[in-house]
Amino acid sequence: MMNETARETTRPVFPSPLTSRCLVLPVNHVDTDQIMPARFLTAIDKAGFGERLFHDWRYDAAGQPLAGFILNRPDAAGAAILVAGENFGCGSSREHAAWALVQFGFRAVICPSFADIFRQNAIQNGLLPVAIPGDFHRRLVKLAEMDSNANLTIDLETRTVTVPDGQAIGFPLDTFSRIRLLEGVDEIQFILRHEADIEAFESGGPRRGVPMACSPDPMPAP
Amino acid sequence: MSAPRTLYRKIWDAHVVAQPPGAPAILYIDRHYIHEVTSPQAFSGLSRRGRKVRRPERTTATADHSVPTGPIDGPADPQAATQVAALETNCRRNGIVCFGPGHPHQGIVHVIGPELGLTLPGMTVVCGDSHTATHGALGALAFGIGTSEVEQVLATQCLLQVPSMTCRVEITGRLQRGVTAKDLVLAIVAALGTAGGTGYVLEYAGAAVRGLSVEERMTICNMSIEAGARAGLVAPDDTTFAYLRDRPYAPRGGAWDEAVAAWRRLPSDPDAVYDRIVSLDAVAVEPMITFGTTPAMSMPITGDVPDPDDVADAEIRQGLRKALAYMGLPAGRPLLGHSVNVVFIGSCTNGRLEDLAAAAAIFRGRRVAPGVRALVVPGSRAVKRAAEAMGLDRVFREAGAEWREPGCSMCLGMNGDRVPPGAWCVSTSNRNFEGRQGGGSRTLLAGPPAAAVAAVTGVVTDPRIVLEV
Repeated sequence: MMNETARETTRPVFPSPLTSRCLVLPVNHVDTDQIMPARFLTAIDKAGFGERLFHDWRYDAAGQPLAGFILNRPDAAGAAILVAGENFGCGSSREHAAWALVQFGFRAVICPSFADIFRQNAIQNGLLPVAIPGDFHRRLVKLAEMDSNANLTIDLETRTVTVPDGQAIGFPLDTFSRIRLLEGVDEIQFILRHEADIEAFESGGPRRGVPMACSPDPMPAP
Repeated sequence: MSAPRTLYRKIWDAHVVAQPPGAPAILYIDRHYIHEVTSPQAFSGLSRRGRKVRRPERTTATADHSVPTGPIDGPADPQAATQVAALETNCRRNGIVCFGPGHPHQGIVHVIGPELGLTLPGMTVVCGDSHTATHGALGALAFGIGTSEVEQVLATQCLLQVPSMTCRVEITGRLQRGVTAKDLVLAIVAALGTAGGTGYVLEYAGAAVRGLSVEERMTICNMSIEAGARAGLVAPDDTTFAYLRDRPYAPRGGAWDEAVAAWRRLPSDPDAVYDRIVSLDAVAVEPMITFGTTPAMSMPITGDVPDPDDVADAEIRQGLRKALAYMGLPAGRPLLGHSVNVVFIGSCTNGRLEDLAAAAAIFRGRRVAPGVRALVVPGSRAVKRAAEAMGLDRVFREAGAEWREPGCSMCLGMNGDRVPPGAWCVSTSNRNFEGRQGGGSRTLLAGPPAAAVAAVTGVVTDPRIVLEV
């Protein structure tokens, strides 16, 4: 039964090695309200978020593209890498932010650090979070601003980024996330392989540590 | 004798279902809350793959983010109404209890979970919402997740998780009169920075925390995410147990006694080791207000807005300059006396009964200043009922403030309650990000007394003056 649905249940795969131009958004603490404003979150499906990515920085009050914003540059289309400042994706847990970045065409975000929940959401959607040291990041920003056609290469197998001047640097990513992004592991399927353990846990089998008196009774009807 | 453990570690250890080699742990989730905004795509994912909700009785739903807070039968944004209807349909199909619009238990998810006794000490609690850390005030390990993880929990009642680092936030002394838990947490976030807590679970401890009510502890834990921490915790104590006793879903009779006995074993062992310890003196905390576009950009309400020219670090200088330009605030000058257009009192941070009572104490016998719109939005139907039983609604109405229906409202402006472009709003919510309260909105975060006093004076004012502290 698993096999029949295997392809369908597979998660997005990261196309490693990825060679692409990048867009630079040199702002620290870009929060998910900027990536996807709350008023667009009333959708019940995942479609149409790419057009609203960075909406309030990208369009004026009349809905016209603002010329200065990076996503509105003529060469923005086709750039699969976003370079941003530290603590990218802070704030709300809305996964819509990751959906929007992917729908726009980004496959990776490079910055000095990520907010935790965004980082998880990115990985869930095949968007690679690449955290690099601040000095290397500053050099990358400078190089990219000098030549917007320069290509970067991200190799997920070796966990390295190679910048236009040929310098390469490693980035951290746990083995499980790397395999998940390379092979498209479905996490639900992965967890359900341990269904017997879950059942044992639920039936009050041996428990380590403290009190499970805190485990809730099944919820009574309202 | 086993090694001393932190509260966090005890909860973690008690919930590890399996530890697959080379992978994160499979962590059991006791309580899962869902709301209309971050759950519909999770349900679609399940049905597309033919999966079922594994333990529907461990998930509870409420409608909060996009529900209108005007009169109950008033107009709703059609797309928001569709989203709420989708939540109700998904819950009905999957056997999940849903506190939809009009239900007596409806309210902001982080207000209703604790007040109904659905969140209990020692539990693992998740929700597709970054302010889930609120529930940590009861000694539960509670954190926000994305929609893919919501789907995971629905399908498996588990999450793949790696353990966090632990940071003990030791708060000595006690808060001065006129200083609230909101001021304290704004000071904590300023001390840690917006990313200072990234990768950590914060355990708030010390004399000041022991002296706080559970509602105040919720205000503190709520904003842990604003320092980058996914979870905040307070060890359960007699204050916690007194709060939980007789709540609708809390254990009763013998089960209650057993639970309390177990909960008493939860607090961190005396010699438990933390990855980091920071301390703060509560006595030094003053009423706070934010001036910028991250919750860490705050200062004592009597202070001067920092001047970017005084900042040595080029990046921080640039960030501050950008924030002040957005906020339309002059550098190097006081905020006291600055005009205010809107005041919002509510949210999962400050929408509970104590918050409303603190605001009402200032509104009583006073009038909202001309030209100011003041909204008071209770965090839940239960809060609304309790406030009305105390006559607080009359106080707000007589002062000229709007007394509204429960929901997230103007905290994130999803339901039509929005701050107009360019307007300044003193808000008891948790985020002052650009456009958070509506496109072009300028948010000044503060506690309920500071917000109420801004409403009646029409300018940023030190609440201690009115409170005669």
